Formats: sequence, C-alpha cells, structure tokens
Amino acid sequence: MSLPPGAQPAPGSALLRLATIGSVDDGKSTLIGRLLHDTKQLFEDQLEAVASASRRRGVDGVDLAFVTDGLRAEREQGITIDVAYRYVSTPHRKFVIADCPGHVQYTRNMATGASTADLAVVVVDATAGLREQTRRHTCIAALLGVRHLLVVANKMDLTGWDRAAHDAVDAEARALATRLGIDSVSTVPVSALLGDNVVEPSANTPWYDGPTVLAALEDAPAGAWARAGDGGGSARLPVQWVVRHPGGGRSYAGMVNGGTLRPGDEVVVLPGGQRSRITSVETFDGPLDEASSSLSVTVRLDHEIDVSRGDLIASADHPPQVEREFDATVCWFTDPPLTAGRRLRVKHTTRVAPAQVRSVDARLDISSLELGPAEALEPNDIGVARFVVGTPLVVDQYHRNRVTGSFVLIDELTNATVGAGMVGAPVLAVAPSG
Amino acid sequence: MDTAALRSTQHGPVADRAGGSVTALVRPVEHPLGHLDLLESLAIFIIREVAAESERPVLLFSGGKDSAVLLHLASKAFRPARIPFPVLHVDTGHNFPEVLAYRDAQVEAEGARLLVAKVQDSIDQGRVPDPGPVASRNRLQTTTLLDAINANGFDAAFGGARRDEDKARAKERVLSFRDSFGQWDPKRQRPELWQLYQGSVRPGEHLRAFPLSDWTELDIWQYIRRERIELPSIYYAHEREVVERDGMLLALSDWVSPEPGEDVHKEMVRFRTVGDATCTGAVRSEARTVDEVIAEVALARVSERGATRADDRFSESAMEDRKREGYF
Repeated sequence: MSLPPGAQPAPGSALLRLATIGSVDDGKSTLIGRLLHDTKQLFEDQLEAVASASRRRGVDGVDLAFVTDGLRAEREQGITIDVAYRYVSTPHRKFVIADCPGHVQYTRNMATGASTADLAVVVVDATAGLREQTRRHTCIAALLGVRHLLVVANKMDLTGWDRAAHDAVDAEARALATRLGIDSVSTVPVSALLGDNVVEPSANTPWYDGPTVLAALEDAPAGAWARAGDGGGSARLPVQWVVRHPGGGRSYAGMVNGGTLRPGDEVVVLPGGQRSRITSVETFDGPLDEASSSLSVTVRLDHEIDVSRGDLIASADHPPQVEREFDATVCWFTDPPLTAGRRLRVKHTTRVAPAQVRSVDARLDISSLELGPAEALEPNDIGVARFVVGTPLVVDQYHRNRVTGSFVLIDELTNATVGAGMVGAPVLAVAPSG
Repeated sequence: MDTAALRSTQHGPVADRAGGSVTALVRPVEHPLGHLDLLESLAIFIIREVAAESERPVLLFSGGKDSAVLLHLASKAFRPARIPFPVLHVDTGHNFPEVLAYRDAQVEAEGARLLVAKVQDSIDQGRVPDPGPVASRNRLQTTTLLDAINANGFDAAFGGARRDEDKARAKERVLSFRDSFGQWDPKRQRPELWQLYQGSVRPGEHLRAFPLSDWTELDIWQYIRRERIELPSIYYAHEREVVERDGMLLALSDWVSPEPGEDVHKEMVRFRTVGDATCTGAVRSEARTVDEVIAEVALARVSERGATRADDRFSESAMEDRKREGYF
C-alpha cells in the first residue's frame, strides 16, 4: 500500500493513539521509522538527515531508528530516552504514535506514552522471545487500561523466516495477555529493518495470511478515551473554569467524559452534593442537543449554586464516589522510595489536593504478576498504597473511568511528578496462584 | 489492604466483567467526532487547564499560521468572555509588513492586550551582541523572550509549536518545564500521564504550554479552512522579487539584498512559515486559496522547516540546542 505524503484522513474517521512498547534493542524505533518511510510520510530532507546521521556513526545503509531518536544523547548512545510522538495519516484515520523507551530507568516515560493509548504495539525480537522488560511494559500497559495488543514478531529475517519463531512469540504473548486480562491479541511476523509486513505484505512469509502492521492498525478499535464508563453512559464533567458572561450569569467549562450530557439532564455537583439540571450545553460554536465524551463544552445549570474549578458535575444516576481516603495502584518513578507517612500533592481531574501516604501495602512482582507484601516502592515499582487527602476527591475506580480514576503525585518541594496512581486495586485478570 | 489484592480482583473486576460493567472500558464505540474536533477539544482543554493553574500566563504570537490557530482556540476556550491573558510578540525587527498589520488587526479583534518585546531593545541594552543589520536575529530572540518573561513575571507561556516540526520537538511534553534560566532539560522531563497536565512551578521558573503538540501541518491547514481563519497574505501565492541563496528563495527586503553574482528575479511564491525575514525562505507555489494550499501541503516532499528555515540547517541538533537555551 502506497500513500501520498500527508494523505488526508477521510472525514469523520477518528484518531488512533498507539504506543510502541517492548525491550531495548528489539526494534521499536526502527519499526516506527519503517512505518513512516514506507507510508511515504518521511520528507526528503528528514530522510537525508537520517542517512547522514547514520553515515556519521558508521552505520551501514540508513538506520531508520534515527527518525524518532531525536535527542543528541539518544543518537550518541543509540537508545531511546524519552517518548517521541510521530504522526501518520492514511485515508482511513490519523495515528498518533508514541514511541516509548525500552530501558527500565525510563519506565516513567513509557507510562507517559502508554497512558493515552488505545492500543499497544508490542515489539519482540523473534530470535529471543519476550524479555522481562517486555513483560513489564505489557503489564503497565494493561494496568493503564490498554485492551488491545498488536504483537510484532520482529527480526524475522534473522530466523530465516521461521514460522516456528513467529508462533512461539505469538503463544508467549497470548499467554501473557490472558494473565493480564487482555483478550484482543494479534501477532504479525515482521522485519522492521527490511520492511516485511510493515506496510507491504512480505513474500518471505507465505505461511502468514494475516494483515500487515499498518492494515491491523487501520482496523483497530479507536477511542479508548471516549468509551462510556460505569455501565455505559454516566457522564462526568470536571469543572476547569467558570465563564462569567458579560451580560450576567455563569457557565462551567470542561471536557465531558464517561457518557453524554444533554440539556434537561439531572445532575449532581460533587463533592458538595447539590442537585441541579442542565439548561444548556454549548461549545464555542453554539448550543448542542448533546455533548459526547471527549468534547470540551460549557454547561449552564438551572439553579444558582456555588460551583468552582475542581468540582465535578455528574449525571445523577451512577455518580462517582466522594472519598477522603482510598486505595490505589501506584507507579512510582523516583528516589527516595515511596513509604508510609510521605506527604505529597495529588492532581486528580481538575483539583490539586494535599495528600499523605497512609500505608504502602503491596508490590507487584513483574515476573510472577503476583502482589507481595511491601513497605516501600522503589523507583519503577508498581504497587498498592492507601492515601489520605486533605480535600475530598470525586473518584471512580480506574477500570470504570480513566479520567476520574487517575491521578498524579507531585513532590511538595520540587513540584516534579513523582508517581502516577489509579484508584482501586490492580485490575489484571490473574488466575489465583497455587 | 489485603496483599492478595491482585488475586482478589477475581471477585472485583472479574466479577464486574461477568456482570457486564467492566466491559465499559473494553467496548469499542464509534466515535462521533472527527479528528479535527478531537484535536480542537483537547487543545481547548489544555488552554483552560494552564490558564486556571498559572498565575500569569501569556500567549506567544508571531503572526504565523500556528499562532493564528492558537489565538483562535484561546478565543474559543473562554467565549463569551475575553481571553484572560495578554498576547506577546517577540519582534526580531525583521518583519514582513503584512504580518505586522495582521498581528495588530487580529489582537484588536479579540480584544486582547498586545505586548511587544523587541530584539532591537536587547541589542541596544547590550543584552546580546549586535549581529549587524542584515544578519538573522532568530537565535537572539531567546534572550528577548526570557527577559520579557522575567520582567512580566509570566509563569506560563503558550506557544504554537508542533511535534511534527522537528525531531527534538517530537520529544517535548505538552507542558514543558523551564528552570529559572529558561532552560529545557530533555533528559529530565516531567512524566505527563493521561490528561493530567501538571503545571506547578516555583517563582522564577516557568512552563511552556503547547496545545497544538499533536497537530500536523496538514491538520493546521484543514482547521484554518474549517474555521475560516484569516492569515497574512504572504501564506498564499503572490509574485515577489527573490534571490536564490543556499537552496532557498529569499524575498528581497530592507535586510535582504542581492549579493554579487546573485540573480534577482520575480517568482510566484508563498511562505510555508513566517519567521525572521532574513532566514525564512519562500517556496515556489501557485496556491492562492486554502484549498490549493491544502492540496500542495498534502503532496510536499520537503518538510516545512527544511524548506524554509536556514537556522535549522546548521547541525542535526540545531533545534534541540536552541530549545535548551530557552527558545520557543
């Protein structure tokens, strides 16, 4: 399949956000470079820059990994340090690709890339199989709510196009996905280096009749962010900004999620609990009959009630919970380790609140996918902790709603983002051990 | 907390799954919004978030197409109220006159307050060396920008930069932290998960906010068409006197004169980007309308900056090096 550069997506087709994950040197950046190159979306000057960077570092031919390794330190070391975002458009949709780093010490950056992904592309070296870091990444992606895996069995040229190598990767990936509660898995035999089955079907894999990587991405379900939460359709609107109208009156600005908001809807304003009714839903372009998930809107309510930034307007049916204390699954990013008593700030929806760790309760063993007792979370650990917050938060369990179920942890002194949290216990469909 | 919590999820989410509610996250829903709607909605979300969390935000406006889209989005984000922050133009002094006229008209139409920080003032005050009247002042803008940010106490600056422009930009967060020297440290960026844009800074530090991060050049033009956003006329094909220099077409102006041996000729050209007139090249083009520009952009074989910015051709890390110093 060959497309003109920057080909226009068809009207109405959505964005697909995907993250490439997997271990260092398994070929993530090369795959993205190949995808851009073979869809003709690399410009001539970019290609020339990649070729000259390759020559300067003594690489034979063109190293397509230099397409996304955009930092000097990355090209020096031949590794990916931080997420690179790249964009591919086909006549079917626009893709936002987060090329994530493979090294353990950059797990925070991988989580950044995967947190908004609809789908994870898991790149595996078919000569080596799934590595520990591949399992860690896939586990983090699953915890973050990614429910579709496209497994790329890469470096198939080095296996002599051995079907058994592909099948082994596929079997291993499926076994892992099952343990992680992911039911949508497909595996493509690929050579990112040579381009087989990335955009163009390969003549080297007559035993494979599935889609290429690009074809699989074009068919993948999009819009994880837009999906209805809590039984399908209970809307939430975290208030970002109170718009004061020049002629008097106020409206409340924010992005709808979890369901659809319509004029006439019964709502509750949390954490206060006041009930009201929506009188209008508007965008900058005028009033709407309804506003679906992912749309930035302003709404008006029929009572003059006190609503501020940080409050949440929710459908009166299935509202979220107001909590001062809750358990969460935490990805911890930095030194010193997270321990009980630590004071932090938490940013949740549009509210920032002081928080304290009541207890660290468990740590996830990435190899066994079991939770074991722990009193501290080291950098790049995933575990379970209990938090107390100084201002009540309006939360859903993360697996029900990614927006109201997520938060980040902020260091009080440096303001750095030091951890990420998901309300509730880790949601992995893990079989009981023993 | 039960340390067997992971296993206990058997009767947490798995029970949910049997009950049908956890499938909420799993079930694909046809998205009713197009890609421009989603890009617009997220950009407006980011603008509102940064405006709410910072004390003194400012919007950087060059008069180029990306900052025109940014100003339009800022206007939409707070309508029917006015944009609650000022607009700052870092003026190299090497302007296309059409762009200055456009800047003043747009800012007035939005009812926003315009601040102008002049590179010439930085030169006169000895803050930067005088490169001479005709040399590019692109890199000098960094000092002028950082001085303006410090003098006004701005703690957040919106910019129209896009990740598809350059490989270093492709690495940058939507909210990009700058230390008290204005520096970007690409190895120590804040994790930025979900849509939780975390903008806390200490006095003297600031943020750059890039609501157009995920937009491509083509998205920008499609949005300009959809929203009927007016642009400076130089973005559309017109006849102009140019010289060919370093493989770029430079427009003759007060600062660009033909060098010995250079042939001055008239060409139909347009500008793909607008920057310092001494280092912004024109491209040969017949595209006089938005539709014609979109058709041209869709077929372009050279990137926007590669075609038009001499400053990005110095080295493979030109943009990264400038950004580390505090550039846009």
